[in-house]
Amino acid sequence: MSENIPNSKKKSALSDRRKFILTMARGVGIAAMGGFVWSAFVDEVTASQLLLRPPGALVEDDFLKTCIKCGLCVEACPYDTLVLAKPGDHKPLGTPYFTPREVPCYMCPDIPCVPVCPTGALDTSSVSTDGVLDINSADMGLAVVDEDSCIAFWGIQCDACYRACPILGQAITIEYQKNERTGKHAFMKPIVHADACTGCGMCERACVTEKPAIYILPREVAQGKAGNYYIKGWDKKDEARLKDAKAIKTTTEISKQSASDKLNSDLLEDLYE
Amino acid sequence: MKTLWNSYRYLFFRRFTQIGLLVLYFGANAWGWTILQGNLSSSIIMKTIPMSDPYAALQMLAAGALMATNLLIGVAVVTAFYFIVGGRAFCSWVCPINMVTDLANYLREVIGMNKITGIKQPASRKIRYWVLGLSLVISAIMGVTAFEFISPISMLHRGIVFGIGFGWAAVLIIFLFDLFVLKNGWCGHICPLGGFYSILGKFSLIRVKHLEENCTLCMKCKVVCPENQVLYMIGKESLPVLSGECTNCARCIEVCDDDALNFSIRSMAQNKKMGE
Repeated sequence: MSENIPNSKKKSALSDRRKFILTMARGVGIAAMGGFVWSAFVDEVTASQLLLRPPGALVEDDFLKTCIKCGLCVEACPYDTLVLAKPGDHKPLGTPYFTPREVPCYMCPDIPCVPVCPTGALDTSSVSTDGVLDINSADMGLAVVDEDSCIAFWGIQCDACYRACPILGQAITIEYQKNERTGKHAFMKPIVHADACTGCGMCERACVTEKPAIYILPREVAQGKAGNYYIKGWDKKDEARLKDAKAIKTTTEISKQSASDKLNSDLLEDLYE
Repeated sequence: MKTLWNSYRYLFFRRFTQIGLLVLYFGANAWGWTILQGNLSSSIIMKTIPMSDPYAALQMLAAGALMATNLLIGVAVVTAFYFIVGGRAFCSWVCPINMVTDLANYLREVIGMNKITGIKQPASRKIRYWVLGLSLVISAIMGVTAFEFISPISMLHRGIVFGIGFGWAAVLIIFLFDLFVLKNGWCGHICPLGGFYSILGKFSLIRVKHLEENCTLCMKCKVVCPENQVLYMIGKESLPVLSGECTNCARCIEVCDDDALNFSIRSMAQNKKMGE
């Protein structure tokens, strides 16, 4: 009996350590499992690109980490334009957005929704010109015209979007064009100018077609990007991009050899063999 | 004989603050009241004093967001407040989920659910600290505030103030979990916000104090306590409840027939002990 006592003590000491290691391993394992499920869920619910943010919102990635979802912008909005995403809206939960066809942004000159933001997710400086709030510098999205369903493009006279635009004559202009079908009428086509459009959505709200033929998309979605390779040579400002440009010279196996005059050499004959 | 008022006075005050705050927040959005605007994530009192959820701010920090001055002031205000009144006073005096889980806990007792699940709880109360750590890791990796996108607390509170959508389903999940799966499951085991305030509450000033010489060992306090591990000293030693996991809900004070439990200020409670 007495021989067994130290033995069993030793055993229990070992099993204590083992128990501790196992408990920790279990904790880490469950945390990893939960972490993956959690991450997958968060990734899904923040993936939505098709939503319009209040004026002055940071770019979406920064907005998602900075917005604290307090709804102060929603409360500040006098037109009930802004709403917070509810479960079931399929938008990043609790973040503010608006649906222009229902209630557009009426572009208040004092922009009450922006300065109330406690976290800077709505950035006052991005909607200011020379330190003064300027709603015309807002960039919530971009109006896009579907020429197939816009009745003005059919030749029917409609300028509802043009009239509704708060930056009338700059963000939307009317382009006149002869209607060859009748020979005596004109098309009056609404043209959106991306540099002036704020994405307020008053045009989308005003559009007379059953489903709006002019609608707001986030700029990320609506616009392409020419990239760095193309320069408007006729535009002095754009041309300035070339000023400090350095030539990029790539070297490959072939370019190491000096150029050979193939056309005037016998090598040309290879082609006919 | 204790009066009804004596047995439920703190419960009444807690429901009064919980519902009162909801009414103020709701009124701000619905009727433009300016007493308390925003929601529990961030709000502003009388358009002057900002308040922000320090745990949400911590996730923002982990996600790599730039911290605005207003946010930091708001965080300081809330942190200072709960430093005084007890970290988890948030849980039992402010959080709307508390009413849901208290109801689940009450029904558990009424329908006898505790009898079939037994007293021994199958889960550790340390889970919340793991969830807390995990939320910060995920925030850092994903670049978003991880818990804020799944928090049933925010869903319910935001839901009441701004419209709930399918948020009721999240609340129902918590209710069913607490009723059928685990006693005090959400608030007492999982909620990382509770875990965060538990850590903050370790240092807070207002504490429950036990007077062992008055105790008759009836154990009513341990039965009613949602975090009864913090009452380990009952009937053994006169000590303040120093664990941050105590929510300062004061149910133990109300159910005690012998004046063996009461609120006290931390340093006074400790000095008293030293004097003995």
